Amino acid sequence: MSAVSLSTQLINLFASVILLLAFAMLAQRRVLPLINLFALQGLTLCLSTLVVAFTTGQAHLYGSAALTLLLKAMLLPWILHRLVRQLQVRADVEGLINIPATMIAGIVLVMIAFNVALPISQLSSTISRGTLGIALATVMLAFLMMIIRTKAIPQVVGFLAMENGLFLAATSATYGMPMVVELGIALDVLVGVIILGVFFFQIREQFDSLDIRNLEKLKEH
Amino acid sequence: MNLFGTFGQLFAIALALVLAPLLTGWVNLCRAWLQNRSAPPLLQPYYMLHKLFLKDVVLAHGASHLFRFAPFVVFGCMALACAIIPTLSTDLPLAPAADTIALVGVFGLARIFISLAAMDIGTAFGSLGGRREMLVGFLAEPALLMVIFTTAMISQSTSVATIVETLAHRDFVIYPSLAFAGIAFTFVSFAENARVPVDNPATHLELTMIHEAMILEYSGRHLALIEWAASLKLYAYSCLGLALFFPWGIAEGASVFGLLLAIPALVAKLAIGGVLLAGIETLNAKVRIFRAPEFLGTAFLFAVLGLLVRLLLESRV
Repeated sequence: MSAVSLSTQLINLFASVILLLAFAMLAQRRVLPLINLFALQGLTLCLSTLVVAFTTGQAHLYGSAALTLLLKAMLLPWILHRLVRQLQVRADVEGLINIPATMIAGIVLVMIAFNVALPISQLSSTISRGTLGIALATVMLAFLMMIIRTKAIPQVVGFLAMENGLFLAATSATYGMPMVVELGIALDVLVGVIILGVFFFQIREQFDSLDIRNLEKLKEH
Repeated sequence: MNLFGTFGQLFAIALALVLAPLLTGWVNLCRAWLQNRSAPPLLQPYYMLHKLFLKDVVLAHGASHLFRFAPFVVFGCMALACAIIPTLSTDLPLAPAADTIALVGVFGLARIFISLAAMDIGTAFGSLGGRREMLVGFLAEPALLMVIFTTAMISQSTSVATIVETLAHRDFVIYPSLAFAGIAFTFVSFAENARVPVDNPATHLELTMIHEAMILEYSGRHLALIEWAASLKLYAYSCLGLALFFPWGIAEGASVFGLLLAIPALVAKLAIGGVLLAGIETLNAKVRIFRAPEFLGTAFLFAVLGLLVRLLLESRV
């Protein structure tokens, strides 16, 4: 039992917390707590990356951790908070299916992800290979969130959470992507959120609501 | 069965009977403090039991034998549960009588009898409370079982004593699965003990009460037994939680010293647990009864996640 090093235990613990937060986001009804949960997920991701960096001595992972902290735990939540304030979103987030059913779908997704990831992670030799299943599950849960939510902001949060999951997968399978790729993705996400922020205003201007089901009515004339 | 084990077992049961109302009183005291109310005395539950035992029993006209029989069954079930769960020592002669799965069954038996007794008189409130209790119960039991399976997988045994011995004696390892199971267990014990997010033990509000609705028709020594059983249930759940997730300090083997050391450890852990319980109860509002399935569904989800995480992350360990 004691053969497992403390760092692996810590990484497993942080990965579990990330999975927990993914479920909490899935179940969260209100917008602002949803954004806070996303920020918390970013923070946990940063801590887990730091542990991997410290254990393996991979210097560029420190950079990734710092980038995660700045972007996902501080900047993006701040932008989203500001958007919510400016758009004056008050109503609860509504989903296409109710929360308990969502949860059950989530459990099924986690089972699938774990089963798919198990043979892959056995090929890998990193200390954090066990968390690949959790990373995959986080991606799929974020997908589920984007599918079942009808409002624009939770969908964007789902998109960002998916990026969190991908980042965790990259860290656990191969000790992170090259720095150039990571910077590129970070910039993409940032620009994406800013553009989507502009979209929010346009959508609301057009329909007086952020419900993206309205977009189905758009037709070319 | 040795003499010391028998003595330890009897002592554990006696301590449970004595400490359980004190725990209830302590939680009520903390709740009152946190909510800026003037607190009842710490020993209030004992005064209550004393008063009720001295009073005559008033039975409704339609009461059957079941109604008179039920408080004794419920009390017996809870006392048995307290005897099985290792509170002070894992050297319990009664422990082989029932493992954790049977323990869930013992709680289930008590629930069935109290619900039947509630419906026996035929008042609206009784049936309403009985039905709600069964609703909460059938959602809480699978979650509780899942929690137990997670801990049982770690220790390769469903006997509570063995689980505690395994968990307490191992090098310190972080188990993410146990964290999930712990959260799920907290949710379940709040629902099972009629605490705030699901039920409010302090009010008799018609629309929301569950536990209180079932025992409205009881009086005198019957009510005393049921109140005492409710305290014992809270005590049993607290001790089960402590035994599964914070097993340090529980004595093992036959040693008087270990037993003596286990008592202050148990009291301290229960006192801290009581403060936390009161804090959570103060911070949360009671949810609508229709939200209770969601609350317990979340508990089940956490428990299943714990099981899955155990399989994924810790299977190679």
